[in-house]
Amino acid sequence: MRHVALDTIACPDCGLQQTIPQLPPGGTAHCARCRVTIARNPIDPIDRPLALAVAAALAFLVANTTRLMGLSAIGREATTTIIGGAREMWSQGSEITATIVAFCAVIAPGSYIAFMLVVLLAAKRPPAPRWVGQLLRIATFVQPWSMSEVMLLGILVALIKIAQLATVVPGIGMYAVGLLIALLAAIAATFDPHVIWTRVVWADGTLPPPEPAAPDRPPARIHAGATR
Amino acid sequence: MSAAALGAAQSGLASCTTCGLLSRPAAPGQLGHCPRCGAALTARHHHSVQFTWALVIAAAILYVPANALPVLTTTTLGSSESDTIISGVVYLYQSGSWPLALIVLVASVMIPLGKLVALAYLLITVQRRSAKNSHDRARLYRLVEFIGRWSMLDVFVDAFIVALVQLEPLMSVAPGSGVVFFMAVVVLTMFAAHSFDPRLIWNPDNLGRHPHG
Repeated sequence: MRHVALDTIACPDCGLQQTIPQLPPGGTAHCARCRVTIARNPIDPIDRPLALAVAAALAFLVANTTRLMGLSAIGREATTTIIGGAREMWSQGSEITATIVAFCAVIAPGSYIAFMLVVLLAAKRPPAPRWVGQLLRIATFVQPWSMSEVMLLGILVALIKIAQLATVVPGIGMYAVGLLIALLAAIAATFDPHVIWTRVVWADGTLPPPEPAAPDRPPARIHAGATR
Repeated sequence: MSAAALGAAQSGLASCTTCGLLSRPAAPGQLGHCPRCGAALTARHHHSVQFTWALVIAAAILYVPANALPVLTTTTLGSSESDTIISGVVYLYQSGSWPLALIVLVASVMIPLGKLVALAYLLITVQRRSAKNSHDRARLYRLVEFIGRWSMLDVFVDAFIVALVQLEPLMSVAPGSGVVFFMAVVVLTMFAAHSFDPRLIWNPDNLGRHPHG
């Protein structure tokens, strides 16, 4: 057995080794040295983010299929969708920019929601198979590139810039993007990747230890993170 | 804080960067793979300082064409006009929407520049093995990681203006060559922030060692 006691971790930000005390529901533990959040005990850690992910998937579909905004000037009209921003860039010769815009606006948020749905569904009944961990790893990798909120601010700035030249009408897609941003933030607030890691089958074949943690677990020993 | 505070690297244990499991090395001098998630274990991000410096310098070089070249070219009834990032901000300010001009100025000019300066400062203090202001430097690093994505704002603004303003022959907007450089600056600084290992702020003595896992 190569691993140390499961409640002992090293802070991901500063490396300090510490034991995590038993956290009350909804509580968080902070690193004794650098104060970053090192552990959480979210209430209902699977079903809540799962419900939010289902809602986010619906909002994502609406946001990407309906018109984002329309423009009319002297009897002429134009509309666009989210992917329309990238498509026009591509057809005007800026292929690299178009690819990154499509990735940050559509592919990253879409795949993040899809991976979260699969991971949370598969982890509902532990032990979860190993590929759940691998999917979670990809989801954590794409998450920083999912930029729906930056995109919405960008759309608003673009709208105000254009509004001086023509009449701009926001579409349903715009409201769906707003909802999507709120849901993505709610997923981030209710989801704790550590909960998934305690449920997957280990790479060396070990089954995950049964949940929940024993209530008579010994109290914090060295450098217990402060609970809040 | 007691003097016995140990970092994982000093105690000989390795913390998995993927799943957070703390484990003993597979063999002396060889960290091996994480028994839980199977990821390769390393004591530090591999060549963190060198990688981050390379990305910061590349981003600083690309920052010049990103601001000098136009990001949008507007054609109105045959006559065309080019806008750089700065002239776009000036246009917003002059047309009366100064809060908007401020948002774009912060996201497109101050954040990318601030990120480059902040990362260079963190790298230099780590290389000088500084033990001062660790808390402030850790906070600065978290800020850099958190706000970096907002620089992408101008790229989205340009993309949606281009997508919508296609009213030929009346008026049309085409993307300029500056956009791709600006986007490269944002992407490179995001990678630079990611490749910097914040644990070096607290344990700069580990800088020289690169145990291979």
